[in-house]
Amino acid sequence: MTAVAQPARQTAPATPASHRKRQRSLSWLALPALLFFVIFAVVPLVGVLALSFTSWDGLGAIHFSGLVSWRAVLSDPGLPHALWVTFLIMVLSWLFQTPMSILLGVFIAGQQRYRGFLSVFFFIPLLLSSAAIAVTYKALLDPNFGLGAGLHTSWLAQDWLGNGKLALGVVVFIVSWQFIPFHSLIYQGAVRQIPRSMYEAAQLDGAGRMRQFFSITLPQLKNTMITSSTLMVVGSLTFFDLIFVLTAGGPADATRSLALDMYRQGFQANLMGQASAIALILVLIGLILALLLRRIGGRDRTGSQLEGA
Amino acid sequence: VEISVEAKNMPLTSVSRRRFLELVGIGVPVAAALAACSSSGPSQAGAGGGSGGNTGGGGGGAASYWFLNGQPQQKIREDAVKAFNAKNPNSTISYTEFQNDAYKTKIKAAIGAGKAPTIIWGWGGGGLRSYVQDGVVEDLTDWFKQNSAVKSRLFPSSFGAATINGKIYAMPCETVQPIILFYNKTVFDNANLQPPKTWEDILALVPKFKAKNISPISLGGQSLWTNMMWLEFLFDRIGGPDVFGAVFNGEKNAWSNPDSIRALTECQKLIKAGGFVHGFASITADSNADQALLYTGRAAMMLHGSWTYASMKADGGDFVKGGHLGWMNFPSVSGGKGDPSDTVGNPGQYLSISSKSSDDAKTTAKKFFQTGVLQDAEVKGWIETGGVPIVKSAASQLSSSADADFLKFVYDVSSNAKVFAQSWDQALSPTAAATLLDTIGKLFALAITPQQYASTMNAMIGK
Repeated sequence: MTAVAQPARQTAPATPASHRKRQRSLSWLALPALLFFVIFAVVPLVGVLALSFTSWDGLGAIHFSGLVSWRAVLSDPGLPHALWVTFLIMVLSWLFQTPMSILLGVFIAGQQRYRGFLSVFFFIPLLLSSAAIAVTYKALLDPNFGLGAGLHTSWLAQDWLGNGKLALGVVVFIVSWQFIPFHSLIYQGAVRQIPRSMYEAAQLDGAGRMRQFFSITLPQLKNTMITSSTLMVVGSLTFFDLIFVLTAGGPADATRSLALDMYRQGFQANLMGQASAIALILVLIGLILALLLRRIGGRDRTGSQLEGA
Repeated sequence: VEISVEAKNMPLTSVSRRRFLELVGIGVPVAAALAACSSSGPSQAGAGGGSGGNTGGGGGGAASYWFLNGQPQQKIREDAVKAFNAKNPNSTISYTEFQNDAYKTKIKAAIGAGKAPTIIWGWGGGGLRSYVQDGVVEDLTDWFKQNSAVKSRLFPSSFGAATINGKIYAMPCETVQPIILFYNKTVFDNANLQPPKTWEDILALVPKFKAKNISPISLGGQSLWTNMMWLEFLFDRIGGPDVFGAVFNGEKNAWSNPDSIRALTECQKLIKAGGFVHGFASITADSNADQALLYTGRAAMMLHGSWTYASMKADGGDFVKGGHLGWMNFPSVSGGKGDPSDTVGNPGQYLSISSKSSDDAKTTAKKFFQTGVLQDAEVKGWIETGGVPIVKSAASQLSSSADADFLKFVYDVSSNAKVFAQSWDQALSPTAAATLLDTIGKLFALAITPQQYASTMNAMIGK
């Protein structure tokens, strides 16, 4: 799972003057984080930017080659396809994960003991590594030795990972299966933060359960939804391990997303310049999407989430 | 060409961190750090208490050696080094073991960062060519001239993939691994069918096995190089070795040769007829599921490397020992120009010396080539796993092995082959090989026509 650091929004400070003073004196606290960010994020990013204007096979000398790598990447018919696959995975997994996570999150936010018991099971996928999940699903979905063949049920014995369209669907399903618990957890916390008094007031006004869900719970989850969607959308750009083990981008190139294309260009075809160019495209798309989602969240500043507003 | 999937276990951290962690793998300044980290993962050992040995110096000519793990080969490689170290306490070799795919990435990063081990294990061919072009491996031509005994005891065919532009850059080692058409004798007997003698027989067998609900041919198609083996043989049998030779030599539009188009068309004919097992595009060769299909009798035939004999013997219960496994060289195609004795595969494995190593380390490595590689114990070890070591003297030892029939077959195929071609993906440059495998995947998915295959690959010629 991936996350974008979202600065916590400042709530109105009680005594603005003294607060500001203290903030200034404490800004050095950000130094260690900043240092790490520069060493592990900014420096490699600049390195990749520089590499994208070179030809390098990863072994010998690095030759400056201007726009050769960029031209090769942008004229490669594989790029629009990889963009499309990445986009499909992003949208489909968002569409699948968001409603499921909200429903599960609302469900496990209840205080009943059986819900706590069930939520333990819901969280199991979160504890497994992507590679382990991929290996397990690959075995279960094997057309000859998998679940379908073992149980002699023909609808389960599809060529799940060998048929392009099915394979993409399977990838989306498994990705969602893996990350729904995480997002449910976020929604659970958010639901528990909604003041009880709102529901009590709604009940007095005669609102039913459905009405309460759509008029109170969902609007109150707006900020959480934006956070969770940012994580999902930006995270889905970089899905690599699961797809790599599951289908290796295949069959043919049906599940080859940008991240897999980058790996193939860099580490299989030894074209580090082109891989760097793809990496920069990925970074750009990720940044644009994250900013866009923050915009959506920030526009409606009047819609307060505070109790009694 | 054994390819295994490395379990990528990426940490679950923030997007920026992870995004950049991946980028780090590409960044120049960090490549050195990567290489330095790489030895922490895999197991490391050295008789003389040698360190990773990246410097290659110190300790009286200590050298380092990286190779692949995975039994039974791993133990044989370890034992050879241990035996050498026991005899040479002052110039020992420390070794580090890697998983197949992890190794391919790490050796690249290490060489790029100037931190290569003294002895680099490899497959020869196109990969070695890229090392040579970047000047990272030692030219061994003169050394082999001075030590002709080292060269003359090995199969001459094994030196082809070690020779770049007429110079030798690697010491051939280990075993010869031709690609063989395996079949399940019991399945053929039960179906009252005869093993194929021609390509046309194979095509004719397809509907007959399908009618009996048996997959005609097992294939681990997700690995792609498995698909490639079918093309390698069809190209050779239909057009002879010159068709791919033209590609290798960088001739323009070499893939558009009519024989090339015919081979690609014949291959798609087999795919369209349903010759390959249901779902082959999602089966990986690393899982050995393709072999399991053959030895469980669900598939009748399988084209695969000779190394699968050992694993089918280990995993297949009575299959190999009970004599149910049949084998043959790939049959001829009617009207084809190729010699039916030709074969394809790995003519050997290869050891190169990093040119960045210290002179002491290089001396130790050469001593290892001379007195440590393919000594009697190692030769015996390879034969026990069902492999044919590339030393001429091994021939006499094969007949006393429990697998004498198979070993003799492999020996005969290898030594009688008019042409022992190297696997295409190893012969071509890594850049061309990546596109080759990609395009073969599309050809087998019937997503492109033979003509589209040819035009895509023509664009890669010389790259």
